[in-house]
Amino acid sequence: MKIEGKKLIWSEYQKDIPEDHYFYVRSCIRQNFFPASEKTFLDIVRNRLSLDFFETEHHTTCGGIAYHSDAIPQETLMTIVARQFALMTESGYSNYAASCITSFGIYNEILETWKESPEIETKVREMLWKACRREFKIPLHLSHASDIIYKLRDKIAEIGVNRLINIKTGEPLRVVEHIGCHYSKMFPSKGVGGAEYPVVLSGMVESWGGEIIDCPERRHCCGFGFRQYLIQSNRGYSLANTHKKFESMEPYKPDMIITNCPGCPYFLDRWQYVIKETQGKTYGENSQGIPVFTYEEVAGLILGYDPWDLGLQMHQTDVEPLLDKMGISYSSSDKYKLK
Amino acid sequence: MKNNTDSRTIAIIGGGPAGMECAAQLKTLGYKCVIIEKGDKLGGNLNNWDRLFPEGIEAQKVVKELAEKTKGSKLFLNSTIESVKHEKGKYNIVVSGKDIVEADSVIICTGFDLFPAEKKEEYGYNIYNHVITNRDLEQYFKKRVDSRIQNPSKIGFVHCVGSRDEKVCNRHCSKLCCVTAVKQAIELKEIFPKSEIICFYMDLRMFGRGYEDIYHDAQYKYGIRFIRGRVSEVSENIEMGVVVKAEDTLQSKPIKITLDLLVLMSGMMNSHTASQIAEQFDAPISNDGFFEQSSRTLSKNSVGKKGIFIAGTSTGPKTLPETLNDARGVVLEVHQYLSNL
Repeated sequence: MKIEGKKLIWSEYQKDIPEDHYFYVRSCIRQNFFPASEKTFLDIVRNRLSLDFFETEHHTTCGGIAYHSDAIPQETLMTIVARQFALMTESGYSNYAASCITSFGIYNEILETWKESPEIETKVREMLWKACRREFKIPLHLSHASDIIYKLRDKIAEIGVNRLINIKTGEPLRVVEHIGCHYSKMFPSKGVGGAEYPVVLSGMVESWGGEIIDCPERRHCCGFGFRQYLIQSNRGYSLANTHKKFESMEPYKPDMIITNCPGCPYFLDRWQYVIKETQGKTYGENSQGIPVFTYEEVAGLILGYDPWDLGLQMHQTDVEPLLDKMGISYSSSDKYKLK
Repeated sequence: MKNNTDSRTIAIIGGGPAGMECAAQLKTLGYKCVIIEKGDKLGGNLNNWDRLFPEGIEAQKVVKELAEKTKGSKLFLNSTIESVKHEKGKYNIVVSGKDIVEADSVIICTGFDLFPAEKKEEYGYNIYNHVITNRDLEQYFKKRVDSRIQNPSKIGFVHCVGSRDEKVCNRHCSKLCCVTAVKQAIELKEIFPKSEIICFYMDLRMFGRGYEDIYHDAQYKYGIRFIRGRVSEVSENIEMGVVVKAEDTLQSKPIKITLDLLVLMSGMMNSHTASQIAEQFDAPISNDGFFEQSSRTLSKNSVGKKGIFIAGTSTGPKTLPETLNDARGVVLEVHQYLSNL
């Protein structure tokens, strides 16, 4: 693997990411899966870095899961998204930050559709007006929240108290980065680093002291794949794809996985247990599993947040082996205590 | 006016096979020729090749013979055209800021560039250690040294890299890559007789005389496998093997295979210098990126501008014999044009 070649490709996928003044929208499912991630994101940007991130309780689902499950047509999806843009416009913002990769893909798909077919945008504007008497402006910048952390990665490293380094060996932690399919596979130019060698997560990992593992299936789907999981009879496909990813990364002996999608950390985390039960195989050092994190959780660890404030007790695969490697102290007895 | 050929000067832009053949043929008709070449020697892309299909003739031998025939022509190497003025029926061409060529006619022979394989990011050229291009392989055949080629036992070829591919805006068929892949696969098999070689293709376009025969030999004599299907993704495993995912469309099944070497057959596209030359001579470029001809059937060497002609692969992919024929054809058109002035 030649880093020079990757750098050449990265140089062609530069994305303009504003640091400040965002209208931030949450994900439908992340708050159930890993509830503290979005809270941590907002705490980092607002309270640690003093940036302006606004959110409103009027925001709804983008409709992405229903759309990708063929439950609603694209016109409905576009009208829902038009309403989100109207909320942004009414709030006085022009930079839009999405927490969810599916939403990010949806927004890009819709904006590109409108660019190619302006008559569809006109029709959606009419439908939105008829439905709720709202109007909207197109966002000047559309960022995924991981783009913003990527942009702020060096500032986070500067004020951070922990590094992605094994304190016993002094070696960088070996990290598998898993990027949500809808981040840049549909529109490579909309993701930092393109579709084949995205740098959005690897950039964070390297800034924070870790080492990226490039395994053959690093770009493969986590296994969620919407219909693979949402239709019960297809769930074998979901599990098989997750299994394929773990088999691929196993020889590289990863210490952890970092993700930037709502579904990916969930499936990579939970299916490890199912693989253990069905195949009798546990991945990771000493058969303790490979801990899976969201990028906000990793940023939180770097900045010294209490692991249980980050919601790491919600992970099925225990995170303690990783915390021990990083030298992060935690209270085992407080793990499941409510505050 | 009588065409005193020895008083006429023809500027030939590009010193590849087409440019050299034009100069050679114009010389026999008594014209003075000036070849303006951006590189440091004559031969163009032929200099990157070792042997040529179908009979395996040495590329350097061809370059040498063609160059020999251009002797007597004025040659500007490492040169670029800075500006062009069309005055009183002549083209005043400023070469590299210091020399002025006054030409009665101009033949554009800017040739082709190979598609930059790194643009097909999913194949990992310049990223993975054992992914090379057809040009790299020819260099290996010449020098027999390349750190990426270490006694490979499993080798793959990917046809149509950057050709017949709308994603990279190259819809055209590059036409030579099929037979080149077969030729190179046979040559590799001769060097590494125990290796297993697979070619991933869309169609095999064996249109030329003898091409079908070497394709036949590749299968029956050399045991090279041909799988119809495109490669979707390439990656590298922990042993530095090249992991290839593809589809066998005849068997309707996906394939995942680990190789020791992957060769990307980069297609032909118009030279990167073409757009500047097109602007300077007001010559049109077509949607496929190559120069447009007045008529692709009846006036294929004209760009529709007085005194400006075109030949070789600047109007689309061609084999070497086709390129040389095209050069001979343009010479007749130039001669006719100058005779009628």
